[in-house]
Amino acid sequence: MKPDYLHFFIDPSRCIGCQACVQACTECDTHRGESMIHLEFVDRSQSTQTVPVVCMHCEEPTCAEVCPADAIKRTGDGVVQSARRPRCIACGNCVVACPFGVPELYEDRKIMMKCDMCYDRTSVGKKPMCATVCPSQALFFGTHEQIAQLRPRSTPVNRFQFGNQTITTLVMMMVPRELAAPAPYVDVTSAMDEQPRSRAKVLKVIAPGPEPSPDQPADERDPFAGIEV
Amino acid sequence: MATIPVDEHRIIEAFGPHLSSMTGVRLSTSVEPDRLVKTHCCFCGQQCGIQLKVRDNQVIGFEPWEDFPFNRGMLCPKGVKRYLQGSHPDRLVTALARDTSSARGFSPLPYDAAIARVTAAIDRLHKAHGPSSVGVLGGASLTTEKTYLLGKFARVCLKTPYIDYNGRLCMVSAGAANKKAFGIDRTTSPWSDMVGTDVIWVAGSNVAECSPITTNYLWQAREQGAKIIMQDPRITPAARTCDLYLPVKPGRDAALFAGVLQILIERDWIDRAFIDAHTSGFDEVVEYCAQWTLERTSEVTGVPARSLMQAAEWWGRAKTSFLFHARGIEHHSNGVQNALGSINLVLATGRIGKPKSGYGTIVGQANGQGGREHGQKCDQLPGLRDISNPEHRKYIAGVWGIDERDLPGPGVDTYEMFRKIDAGEIKGLIAICFNPKVSLPDNTFVTRCLDKLEFFVAIDFFLSETARHADVVLPGSLHEEDEGVVTQVEGRIIKVNKAVACPGEAREDWRILQDIAHGLGRPHGFTFTSPREIFEELRIASKGGVADYSGVTYEKVERQLGVFWPCYSDDPRTGEPLTDHPGTPRLFEPGSYNPVAKGAGPFYFPDGRARFNVADYRPPVDDASEEYPLFLTTGRVVSQFLSGTQTRRIGPLVRQYPEPRIEMHPRLADKLGIADGDWAMAETRRGSITLRAMVVTTIRPDTVFIPYHWPGRKSANQLTVAAQDPISKIPQYKVCGCRVRKAERAPEYDGILEPQQ
Repeated sequence: MKPDYLHFFIDPSRCIGCQACVQACTECDTHRGESMIHLEFVDRSQSTQTVPVVCMHCEEPTCAEVCPADAIKRTGDGVVQSARRPRCIACGNCVVACPFGVPELYEDRKIMMKCDMCYDRTSVGKKPMCATVCPSQALFFGTHEQIAQLRPRSTPVNRFQFGNQTITTLVMMMVPRELAAPAPYVDVTSAMDEQPRSRAKVLKVIAPGPEPSPDQPADERDPFAGIEV
Repeated sequence: MATIPVDEHRIIEAFGPHLSSMTGVRLSTSVEPDRLVKTHCCFCGQQCGIQLKVRDNQVIGFEPWEDFPFNRGMLCPKGVKRYLQGSHPDRLVTALARDTSSARGFSPLPYDAAIARVTAAIDRLHKAHGPSSVGVLGGASLTTEKTYLLGKFARVCLKTPYIDYNGRLCMVSAGAANKKAFGIDRTTSPWSDMVGTDVIWVAGSNVAECSPITTNYLWQAREQGAKIIMQDPRITPAARTCDLYLPVKPGRDAALFAGVLQILIERDWIDRAFIDAHTSGFDEVVEYCAQWTLERTSEVTGVPARSLMQAAEWWGRAKTSFLFHARGIEHHSNGVQNALGSINLVLATGRIGKPKSGYGTIVGQANGQGGREHGQKCDQLPGLRDISNPEHRKYIAGVWGIDERDLPGPGVDTYEMFRKIDAGEIKGLIAICFNPKVSLPDNTFVTRCLDKLEFFVAIDFFLSETARHADVVLPGSLHEEDEGVVTQVEGRIIKVNKAVACPGEAREDWRILQDIAHGLGRPHGFTFTSPREIFEELRIASKGGVADYSGVTYEKVERQLGVFWPCYSDDPRTGEPLTDHPGTPRLFEPGSYNPVAKGAGPFYFPDGRARFNVADYRPPVDDASEEYPLFLTTGRVVSQFLSGTQTRRIGPLVRQYPEPRIEMHPRLADKLGIADGDWAMAETRRGSITLRAMVVTTIRPDTVFIPYHWPGRKSANQLTVAAQDPISKIPQYKVCGCRVRKAERAPEYDGILEPQQ
């Protein structure tokens, strides 16, 4: 069993895109050679922003709900596991349905495999491989007390809205408590001008924020207004 | 003639770089290791702790080492995959001799015959041209024991002044600036001092890609309230969310520091009491900075006045601060001045030598610090001693049991050694841990020099691009095949442990050097039987020097998980033996004693005061011009390391970023009619290169960036300029004039060479 006081936290604002997590995941003893984690470049032409994507381990996993073969199981401690042999029929329903884009179908093996929060490690009191090596600690594994002490500027959330579906997850996403002082730097030219231009884009995490009023200059719009914490 | 023996493609077919992959026991999900060996990563200067999984004399994987204090289990992708350098298909397991009759260009040679061939050639050159006709090139990825032995080998056995090392391309500007300002060349504070500061200034350091573990220190500092200022022509991954990004034009760093210091002076955001009590030379700096008005600084540096003012205000009003820099400001013909400019900001605010206030330089290589302390640098002897200082010479000659008059004087820097090869003065070369054909600037010239050598010996574990020129290649040891100490970025001495034995006829590098010494009939001083014995002599040789290791033992390093030098065996105040000096994590603490100042003050000068130095801005050599209107700057990517001899052989790392690209801003790309992924040609006064374009907004529109890890026609160093700093002799890798156009066709290598070749 994964100790119930230890949790997985993701903070994309810390991510530096180094792929240590991806490389380390391929070293895990249950699936050596394959990474169950992937790194998303949001738009490399515009920014160095990257996001590490691990399984969020939903309370009511959509992947399991849509599985016609009942091959995806959730452990008592809330970890959603890879599809089980011989049940998995490699239909790919889970791949299509997962709102976070996590499961992957391995055509050669005719099975879906995904992140299982390093169950072989976490169940014996170790940290997952990715969160252990992550040089920026964008991936963190520890207690709520530790994260509160280490990350006073952000707060964990684990409820996400996709259309009409509200999803609660075991994995927490760290969200800034308040508007970070400057907008992130995305284009060198805006940092070269005497008059700074904001290039930040509004992200909508839960509820849509108020529409910016047309008479408000773009620079003063709160880029994090859409985030509900 | 050390020319390439046969068509280089045939050599590549035989010796690689080929890619290692996870196969067999390295892929199995059920194989258990025999043991875990606690050691360190073989790559950068962070020296992360790692445990290697060993089974049947093979490294089969890794396990994080969470107890090691610097990285607590964290690793970058290079560290994760470092174990794949072992048991490699390209590993040299015999000596090789140049052989034009072989299709592969080289034939295996029994080890003893190879040593005999090497010593006969050195003898011949010595008899015909004297000892100075043979030079030695070393490297800062070697353990400290090896660098010590290499320096001794050059001076005592070969009797040549010509030894230098690849730290010449790395740490020399920082080192020279530190000696000029503080009298000692070491990062002044442990990284833990960063967390809890008010402001951190990162000058010319792509932390996220070149020293990834430092990122967590930065982010943790920010969580606790630090403002982060980053100075770089590119929005590097860590700069994306910094609090203030200074988009400096390449080569203008000294101007930027002078302009900011001028604001600090004008606003009186300086620590007069500290300046008066602990420094000298401030008045000259004040006088110099007066010309750096905000307007002029902004114009020269390309950084808006508002940002300069903001940086000055945060830095000036802070109570605690940390500044560190790396190659971005050091790889310049003005590199020492750039570094001194940053140090002036630190000294003017008096924030050094205190908890939560410090200054550091990021070392690039595993032993970037230790590798420059004990004698493979052309002007130094062990303990950071000076080879021109009569007292220092006498002491080291005593330790080595030779007459001081037989100890050669200072040599010349690495690049100057190549000029001496070109001029026919140096005719024989022994190189270890250095791949200058990829890593030196204007490497067409370097290749020509290698071709001219009458005899060239390479000691290496893979046949590097440089080793392809060798007459004899001696099979050396990988990091995990030997033990010894290295000194990492903070000045912490740590212990590398042996995990596996050398394969085949390969052997530990220190044994190879000793075998050559014995073959030359000069075994005196080269009869060590273990790295520990070498280290025990090094402790004595460093004693009384600035880099004093006399109180360091292997046991203490393992017990304390690292020892910061200086670490004394005898109290420098009284000369009384100390039973257990723990080392010195933070330099320059108020009231601290050092053997140079002898109590006069915390800095390493006889008066105990730090020195302000006028850090003069000079435009780069071969600056952007009408003919070459862009700045070319070079650097690293996270998945590759230096010249790639190791990392271009590790499959998963090559796949992460297979081939170099030319990074450019969309504004520039539009003007040139180049789209992302198009073949583009970059040209400088030295040569041209055709690579695919990478169009990103994260670089200045007047600058292009090319990573330098690749060889041949993919090598960025075909373009770079061999201009050097007059003091440190570091090459100006970070800027030269360049022009770019869309390429008419794909380069010739496309479809013939694999990405890593």
